[in-house]
Amino acid sequence: MTAISAQLPALQVVLPLLGAVLAALMRRGTPAFALTLAISWTLPFISGALLYQTLTGDPISYRLGGWEPPFGIEYRVDVLNAFVLMLVSSVGAVILPFAHRSVASEIDEDKHAWFYCMYLLCLAGLLGIAITGDAFNAFVFLEISSLATYVLIALGRDRRALLSAFQYLIVGTIGATLYVLGVGLIYLVTGTLNMHDLSTRLVEAYAVYPQPVLAGLAFIVVGVGLKLALFPMHVWLPNAYAYAPSVVSAFLAATATKVAVYLLIRFSFGVFGKAVAFPTLTVTDLIVGLSIAAMFVGAAAAVYQTDLKRMLAYSSVSQIGYITLGVGLANQAGLTGGIVHLANHAIMKAALFLALGAAVYRIGTCKLNDLSGIGRRMPLTMTAFAIAGFGLIGTPGTAGFISKWYLALGSLEVGGWPLLLAIVASSMIAVVYVGRVVEVMWFREESPHVKGASEAPLAMLLPILVLAAATVYFGFDTRATAGIATRAAEMLIGGLR
Amino acid sequence: MQAIQVFAEHYNYVVTIFLMMAGLYIVIARGNMIKKLIGLSIFQTSVYLLYITPAKIIGGTAPILDPAFKVYSNPLPHVLILTAIVVGVATLALGLALVVRIKEAYGTVDEDEIFAKDGEQ
Repeated sequence: MTAISAQLPALQVVLPLLGAVLAALMRRGTPAFALTLAISWTLPFISGALLYQTLTGDPISYRLGGWEPPFGIEYRVDVLNAFVLMLVSSVGAVILPFAHRSVASEIDEDKHAWFYCMYLLCLAGLLGIAITGDAFNAFVFLEISSLATYVLIALGRDRRALLSAFQYLIVGTIGATLYVLGVGLIYLVTGTLNMHDLSTRLVEAYAVYPQPVLAGLAFIVVGVGLKLALFPMHVWLPNAYAYAPSVVSAFLAATATKVAVYLLIRFSFGVFGKAVAFPTLTVTDLIVGLSIAAMFVGAAAAVYQTDLKRMLAYSSVSQIGYITLGVGLANQAGLTGGIVHLANHAIMKAALFLALGAAVYRIGTCKLNDLSGIGRRMPLTMTAFAIAGFGLIGTPGTAGFISKWYLALGSLEVGGWPLLLAIVASSMIAVVYVGRVVEVMWFREESPHVKGASEAPLAMLLPILVLAAATVYFGFDTRATAGIATRAAEMLIGGLR
Repeated sequence: MQAIQVFAEHYNYVVTIFLMMAGLYIVIARGNMIKKLIGLSIFQTSVYLLYITPAKIIGGTAPILDPAFKVYSNPLPHVLILTAIVVGVATLALGLALVVRIKEAYGTVDEDEIFAKDGEQ
């Protein structure tokens, strides 16, 4: 047993990676689904074990291939990335039972096995980014997950899915290349790629070569900003989420952008924190400004959408703004709020996209007018949609309230009332776009599309209900989310100069 | 005179910056998707050059322990870029595959024409 537990960090990535190859070899949808299900349900247990170890002891350092860090690639797991690993693997597992029927109805049969292959590959890449302690290794995993993501998006029914995938490929590749460029610059001045080693060596390097170090930080922030869809670099996101298959939208909204935010947090606090006093840099003001713009522009654009998947995508832009606001505030409460919203938003957005996916499965459309009166036909699904929607607004009693509470505390500390007002005002816009949909779904005459629709099948319903229940649960019991986020923020702030 | 010296000493970096800007310009300014991908490749190539330039030492050999050689080139950036080239090739291949599918679906690879076609629906 100890022999396995020592290898857990490697297994976290190797299992889905090998599973992806096997799923591709299987060629048929159902066995590939069974394999993917088995693997994706094993992963949360691995990340759970890692999280438990890091919460009770020191960070885990795993030497890949036995090479000693900083020479070899190190997998370094501390409270922050164990939390992200737990989030990504849990969401990946909870969403998957939904996938079988949804994929069967939205994707051609000969491509089912490829879908599961890409799903596992994407999962492997995302977990890899979160677990690795090597800056260049993170780039490789970033590209593994991105390439899989482009394929997943292109699997969408509409031909515009192809176009969205292509546009995302261009933007995503530019983002990843800028990231490598930044890593290259800091490698030139430090001679190391190990993140932990970089954080100490950058102190010395910054004293001698301040400009390359700051340029490196700038390239990394912009590169990762493209991947996490920070306003105004979000243009690829609405189309990609709107035309991707339903499961993919839910999966990407809950995990891909979150892992990119993790990378931003890791670099700005973990890697550069000791050397450049990140909170005092102009870049934090810039992030705060862009975040506030994202909060308003995303939410305002969401109000005008008639395609609900696109509405949720714009809402994601807005919600990512809250997360990066926490990063930009760079104080204990704000960063806690950002990290906790990472998890809370993932849970809520996954529930919302899955509920829409169930509607698409039953009635074949997610245009607002076609969905009128659907609440009476699919009461459980749409109740879950409403609950998660209230979570987005930040209603007390939902997970969204917890994140906004911390963000508000952090804002008061830095920016005073105007910043707090911005959070409240942008939440009011969320009331409009969520409220509008809930009104149409529950209180309007049934549209012709909705007539004859029935509740979603159990395998699809359960993930939605679990995620909606989690939205409420984490609104009351915050030990698992805010508790760990507080510890992660303490560690990050404590590591600053 | 001094400007020429600075230019000559940083020749590789000048080329890097030129390729980077040229690549990015093509990606932004061209509507043809194949040209966009070419621009993207040029953009990526510039970063390869940035990594390789400081790693190569004139007269340096591969890092083989032998009393006859004292000056070595740094092998790590070369290896990193080998990986990055593989990633770049994979991205380009996937991008081209997408363009093939787009051509099948829309009958054109020009972005403006594609937007015009989707607008009609």
